[in-house]
Amino acid sequence: MSSSSSLASEISQAQTGALSAIAGASDAATLRAVQADLAGKKSALTVLRSQLGKIQDADERKSAGQAINACAQIIEAAISERMSLLLAGERAQQVASEAMDLSEFVSAKRRGSTHIVTQATQRLEDVFIGLGFQVAEGPEVETDFYNFEALNMPKTHPARSEFDTMFIEPASADQEPNSVLLRTHTSPVQIRVMQTWKPPIYAVMPGRVFRRDTPDATHMPVFHQIEGIVVDKGITFAHLAGIIEAFTKAFFGNEFTSRLRPSFFPFTEPSAEFDIRRANGAWIELGGCGMMHPNVLRAGGIDPDEYTGFAFGFGIDRMAKERHNVEDIREMYTNDLRFLRQFS
Amino acid sequence: MKILHSWLNEFADFGNDVDAIADRITQLGLAVESVDRVGTPVKGVVTARVLRLEKHPDAAKVTRVYVDAGDGVERHVWCGATNMQADDIVPLATLGTNMPDGRVITQRGILGIDSEGMLCSGTEIGLSSDGSGLLILPKGTALGQDVYEALGVDSDVVFDLDVTRNRPDCTGYLGVARDLAAGMGKQLTLPKVDQSSTGKSLTVPVDISAPERCSRFTVQVMSGITVTQSPDWIARRLARAGMRSINNVVDVSNLVNLELNQPNHAYDFDSVKDGFIVRLARSGEQFTTLDSVERTLSSGDLLICNAQDKPVGIAGIMGGLDSEVTNATTSIAVEIAYFEPDAVRATSTRLALRTEASLRFERGVDPYGAEFAVARFAELLRLTCPGLVVHAGATDARTDALPAQVRTTPVRLNTIKRVLGIDVTAKALEDLIAPIGFTIVKSATDEVVNVGIPSWRNDCTSEIDIVEEVARHFGYDNLGKIVPTSPVHGRLSDVQRRRRILREIVVSLGASEAMPNPFLAPGDLAKVGLSEDNALKLANPLVAEESVLRTSLVPGMLKSIAYNQSHRIRDISLFEIGHVYPQGKEILPDEFESLCIMVAGADASVAMDLWSQVSSALGVGAQLSQDQPPAGYHATRSAQLKRGKMVLGSVGEIDPTVLANAGIVGRVASLEVNLSVVLSEVPKPQSAQVVSKYPSSDFDLAFVVANSVPAANMVKALRQAGGNLLIDVALFDIYRGKGVSEDARSLAYRLRLQAPDRTLTDVEVSEVRAKCIAAAEKLGATLRG
Repeated sequence: MSSSSSLASEISQAQTGALSAIAGASDAATLRAVQADLAGKKSALTVLRSQLGKIQDADERKSAGQAINACAQIIEAAISERMSLLLAGERAQQVASEAMDLSEFVSAKRRGSTHIVTQATQRLEDVFIGLGFQVAEGPEVETDFYNFEALNMPKTHPARSEFDTMFIEPASADQEPNSVLLRTHTSPVQIRVMQTWKPPIYAVMPGRVFRRDTPDATHMPVFHQIEGIVVDKGITFAHLAGIIEAFTKAFFGNEFTSRLRPSFFPFTEPSAEFDIRRANGAWIELGGCGMMHPNVLRAGGIDPDEYTGFAFGFGIDRMAKERHNVEDIREMYTNDLRFLRQFS
Repeated sequence: MKILHSWLNEFADFGNDVDAIADRITQLGLAVESVDRVGTPVKGVVTARVLRLEKHPDAAKVTRVYVDAGDGVERHVWCGATNMQADDIVPLATLGTNMPDGRVITQRGILGIDSEGMLCSGTEIGLSSDGSGLLILPKGTALGQDVYEALGVDSDVVFDLDVTRNRPDCTGYLGVARDLAAGMGKQLTLPKVDQSSTGKSLTVPVDISAPERCSRFTVQVMSGITVTQSPDWIARRLARAGMRSINNVVDVSNLVNLELNQPNHAYDFDSVKDGFIVRLARSGEQFTTLDSVERTLSSGDLLICNAQDKPVGIAGIMGGLDSEVTNATTSIAVEIAYFEPDAVRATSTRLALRTEASLRFERGVDPYGAEFAVARFAELLRLTCPGLVVHAGATDARTDALPAQVRTTPVRLNTIKRVLGIDVTAKALEDLIAPIGFTIVKSATDEVVNVGIPSWRNDCTSEIDIVEEVARHFGYDNLGKIVPTSPVHGRLSDVQRRRRILREIVVSLGASEAMPNPFLAPGDLAKVGLSEDNALKLANPLVAEESVLRTSLVPGMLKSIAYNQSHRIRDISLFEIGHVYPQGKEILPDEFESLCIMVAGADASVAMDLWSQVSSALGVGAQLSQDQPPAGYHATRSAQLKRGKMVLGSVGEIDPTVLANAGIVGRVASLEVNLSVVLSEVPKPQSAQVVSKYPSSDFDLAFVVANSVPAANMVKALRQAGGNLLIDVALFDIYRGKGVSEDARSLAYRLRLQAPDRTLTDVEVSEVRAKCIAAAEKLGATLRG
């Protein structure tokens, strides 16, 4: 039976022993072993705690218990503090030992690239979507009706000869020659859109077109155009000029302006060429446009006395060519990966 | 159309600010493509007389010319031209002259013999567009003087206009001047002419047997003519318009054509005095045109013949040799006619013969311009023929097909407002279009105005044509710019959006987008194992190698791969999204959009992986039909992608023979998908499945499976056996080799079991495991230790 003073001294001894063991642990694993020992049945504190029952006096027992608990807390705090320190040291050591040269890696997969004509098309589509247009598409092999007749170019129209049309050989003897062709412009889609959609129509029509042109630095027999139409009540020439201006600024930049000057196309009247002007004052011819000819609206099943509309169009390939400073447009169609991969 | 500033200014006082004039012309719709200054004197070019010509035995292509430049010194000059002879007066660029093309004239000759200057063509010194020989100056020109002074040449400006098809009036000065005068608010002044006739009546009868094709034919006889040289100013004007001066009669004819846009023809009177017959050619009829080419005509061509039915010209295109004005001519018959434009164009196109006359007739000349033009002809000819007699009795044969002198069209003022957005009163309308010859015939109502169309504007037929004239003269810039507020929701369609997603996926899989030529050579399809029977052929290909339209993207992709391989490019992975055009039952082909991805040096498993990525990204599926290899694919390493009977695409490796034909080394993995089908199959939104909160149990199973059993069947069997508890099964390793028999492979699967509502017991897990093993064993698989 120990006196209270001897108990106090035993607690103090146990604490000193424990703190010294904790301080002596040089790594986390040792500390964990120390921690386990201190919590174990044979540890000094556990033994003392087990002897508490033998103290007869209740007050004395209580104060002895509190002293043991206080000692246990001190030990626990010391373990926790020591553990943080050891772990931090160990991680610092790990980080230091794991140094890696990040430029030393093997690329699993190289990203491919979209064609610059596709990129240009998508940029154009996005600008027009922002202006409230939808995107329409149509077939590349067309009938004479959609490519010419419906666009106010009846059979004998002189302008037809300017399109350098590539015709499809008739499939059978009863098919009229030259009645099927490769579309020479995206304008047939105008007619198809008007026939199937209802006004108000705000549509752009990008796509592949064909002309019987010998390839050179600026021409390909297969190239791409984008064309737009707006058909609604109350659409005027001022709206055409407004859309061209809005497009010019949105696509080329705010420092660009546009102008329209009279020209001639069979499918629009009044017709215009549209030019854009760089900040340096130089005018660049971009495309053609105009108010849709009443005959074209009629061919699309739209009453020209009720609705008016305008149309505009221009080449996409040139946009891509000039954006990327491609010298010869034929470069864009060699499908050489050394060329294609530049634009991913 | 080349327009000289000085000549244009004769019609109105347009001033000398050529840039402002050019800008105004452009703003009126006649795009000025270039503005060139001509006749700017080249200092040091003097007049010289040719003394004699000599050939040198060692220099066959050049002539030694001895000239006198007025100082009595005989100069020797080497010359490559051949059109000069002794006594001709020619331009001599003296030593040290800086030529407009940058050359400096030096003494350096050939064969060691110096050249003391250079004799010049009109082109070389900016005096004409004729560079075919030396410029020969008029006889009697003083020697040794500045050639520009000798010719009285002023510098001038040439505007080159791009005249659009809707401006038949602007292939002549009068039309351009009329538009520009209106556009600049200037008074238009026509040349003064005397329209009276002076001589005795001389009538040339005209018989028109093709009244639709020739609706007006006028003939004016003139006599008292001496055929001689034109005055310098006429020769120079013609030269600057790109024409050669021939003689006074022909030059006047050309000048009237340019000035008044009125083609005309002067015949030697004797050859046509008995009359003209205007008739269709007989098929195969021969006729020799002025350019000495014998032409074979067809029954659609229109001929002008003399009374003996002997052709003297192809109507509206070119005259013949026999009836030409000669040096002996003293009387002429001047023909001014109106021919139907489309037919002139057809003949001109068929004969590939385009002339100053045909280019005007095929657009449509003024059918009522004959009187003024013939008077102007006489006026100009009188400059060299003071004794000219214009005979009474001129012929004016007309047919019912002749367009009315003033055609009218009703114009609703509201249409102008609806199309142009501006309010225009009848009076304002008149102010805008009267200066260019349109008339307000009568206001039908307050809202509708009848507009008279001038006879030189055959392009105008209806209301909208008048609206355009209003817009041009009101000024496009003055119509304003308003950005319309679209009531439509601007967006991509589902198909377009999915196409963009697909492109991104394919690019992220490493492929670069190619755009091969959609035209193939005959045999290209056969080379890739496809039939050409359903391929469209071009009726007029540029070259035979590009005469077949593709029915598949494969030939173009293989060509691209071969191209890249031949340039030693590594990691070739290409794709295309494009249309193919197989012939169908309708008039238009069964055109559809296709995707093709090809990876060089990769096997069929790479193609399958591409398909699995693409199909998962697009949310579409297909059955893999390996027992029906697609045409052109490796027979044992490819499959059709099918949906019932519908073929969605192909996947696998390209057939080795096809690769060999294409010159490709190594394997090529390929995936083709019909995008017209799969892009439009927008999947329904996926409903969310509750993620189980209970732990899962994972285990691996490796089986030895005979090669004859498709891996897909194994997965299917495992799935069935695993039931609802099997939430995931994945093939993670394939092994062939040591420890596995040659006709089999080891397939290792990772399986995960999980219940939504409880933790699975060990018993449950081993039950499922046993079922899976049993199912695999049914397929002949054996579990590996």
